[in-house]
Amino acid sequence: MTAPATSAPGASRRSRGGSLINGWAWLALPTVVFLVVFFIAPLILMSIRSVTDPPGAGVANYREFFSSEADVRVLGTTFYIATISTLVCLLVGYPYAYLMTIVSPRVSGLLLIFVLVPFWSSLLVRTFAWEVLLRDTGIVNSLLLSWGLIGAPLTLMRNTLGVILGMSQILLPFMVLPLFTVMRRIDPELTRAAANLGAPPFAAFRRVFLPLSLPGVVAGSLLVFVLALGFYITPTILGSPRETMISRFIADQVQTRLNWGLASAMAVILMALTFLALIAASRVVRLRDVYGSLEDET
Amino acid sequence: MTESWRRPNRLLLAGLGLLTIFFLIGPSLIVIPMGFSSSKILEFPPPGWSLEWYQKALTDPSWTSGFVNSFQVAVVTAIVSAILGTLAAMGLVRGRFPGKDLVNAVILSPLIVPVIIIAIGMFAIYVRWKITGSLVGLAIAHSALAIPFVVVSVSTSLRTIDRNLELAAQNLGADPIRTFTRITLPLILPGVLAGFLFAFLTSWDEVVVAIFLTTAKFRTLPVEMWEQVRQVVDPTVAAVATIVLAVTTTVLLLAFVVRRQAPVT
Repeated sequence: MTAPATSAPGASRRSRGGSLINGWAWLALPTVVFLVVFFIAPLILMSIRSVTDPPGAGVANYREFFSSEADVRVLGTTFYIATISTLVCLLVGYPYAYLMTIVSPRVSGLLLIFVLVPFWSSLLVRTFAWEVLLRDTGIVNSLLLSWGLIGAPLTLMRNTLGVILGMSQILLPFMVLPLFTVMRRIDPELTRAAANLGAPPFAAFRRVFLPLSLPGVVAGSLLVFVLALGFYITPTILGSPRETMISRFIADQVQTRLNWGLASAMAVILMALTFLALIAASRVVRLRDVYGSLEDET
Repeated sequence: MTESWRRPNRLLLAGLGLLTIFFLIGPSLIVIPMGFSSSKILEFPPPGWSLEWYQKALTDPSWTSGFVNSFQVAVVTAIVSAILGTLAAMGLVRGRFPGKDLVNAVILSPLIVPVIIIAIGMFAIYVRWKITGSLVGLAIAHSALAIPFVVVSVSTSLRTIDRNLELAAQNLGADPIRTFTRITLPLILPGVLAGFLFAFLTSWDEVVVAIFLTTAKFRTLPVEMWEQVRQVVDPTVAAVATIVLAVTTTVLLLAFVVRRQAPVT
């Protein structure tokens, strides 16, 4: 630490030199207290509730969940929808992120704006937009019917297709940004060198660029997967009860069945899954960098 | 170096890029004309045009109180998170203390904990504290969600400023508070303002936590939309959605402009 102690607020009250804590550190305290009281404490109390509600529950809530076939199916549906959404995001996001790295900085900035504006736009509004498009009387069906391409409306929502479409669109920025972060650091000379040495274009891409971009693929996929696990609004509006994911299950337990014990147990399971996947992701890309790029278009 | 081999690939990529842009923003844009429809239902193409639904959105008490409530909660959230987030960013960037990684994780954790868990966890305890169904309760909850965005924004600014300016001020006799208000704050102001705007946005269209922490008496705009979208959908929702999008886009572009401002030195 090189900064003189006098530069820190409250430094006069602190001992100088080998202290473990400098004056600046105390500035973070009010925020940490705020978050512990209003954010962390509710989560901890909920975790406790998962084993104490009803009184003396122990692991009964967890056992109840895993012994019910219908409940376990919710977990399966959640994983299934999250996996497919991740794959769709990867298929759509990879070429887009690659395109961002080969165009001029100006165009690249524009392409980034098209990712950032949707990220910050209301998730509910975007889900509603998909409903306007996909309903039986929606825009897609109206157009196809009026062009005579179909005889009866296609079922585009209240099924897995609608959920996947909506979720992939909303999650796409979380795939593109880690990919772009990693890809922009790849030296373009490497691919050119491979091409100059006689590698056909696709081989140069596959043997040189693709392996170097894999950390971005892993980080983006894990991030999208984790966020997909917790989706509530989109699958509820665009899906049917068959597409019930963990979040909706938890909400239903609380809102209609008042079964707080089971809901809390499910919440603990969802949190555990989230943290596991995030720890894996943080080995590749810093979460902070991903969110940092969500705020900056340069 | 010949570029010719790349041409077909590039065309394909550009085509995919355009499709992706359409996928990202097309659906939201299509909502806009629906709000100006003269039809009683959401049909496409609209049979004619009218401002009826905008009039309803801007005069119907359930929508107007939603606008007012959402705006108030978002402003309070933005103020609280801008202050707490800036303090935390200074503590994290310049502070030295054991357990810094843990503190960092605590401060960023609202970004990644699934929002339904946050919502029911907060609901259970805020009910006991009797702060549900109120501006205060929801602004506190939204501040927890928004603080990380301010911290990220201000940290970036703090890391790029020249510490020598602050040291020079102190050598010239400024006390720490004066140094902060006259030197540090003006330098990081773009980061703080952008953080303020990001916090506003985080609250402005947040729906899941709001569903649990609001009541019929105190409802925000997204919650009103959520109730309506699941029932009969008339074009008013499209009009409201358009207004929400317009506010979001304006504030976001403002945040980007602010972030780009070179600090005044």
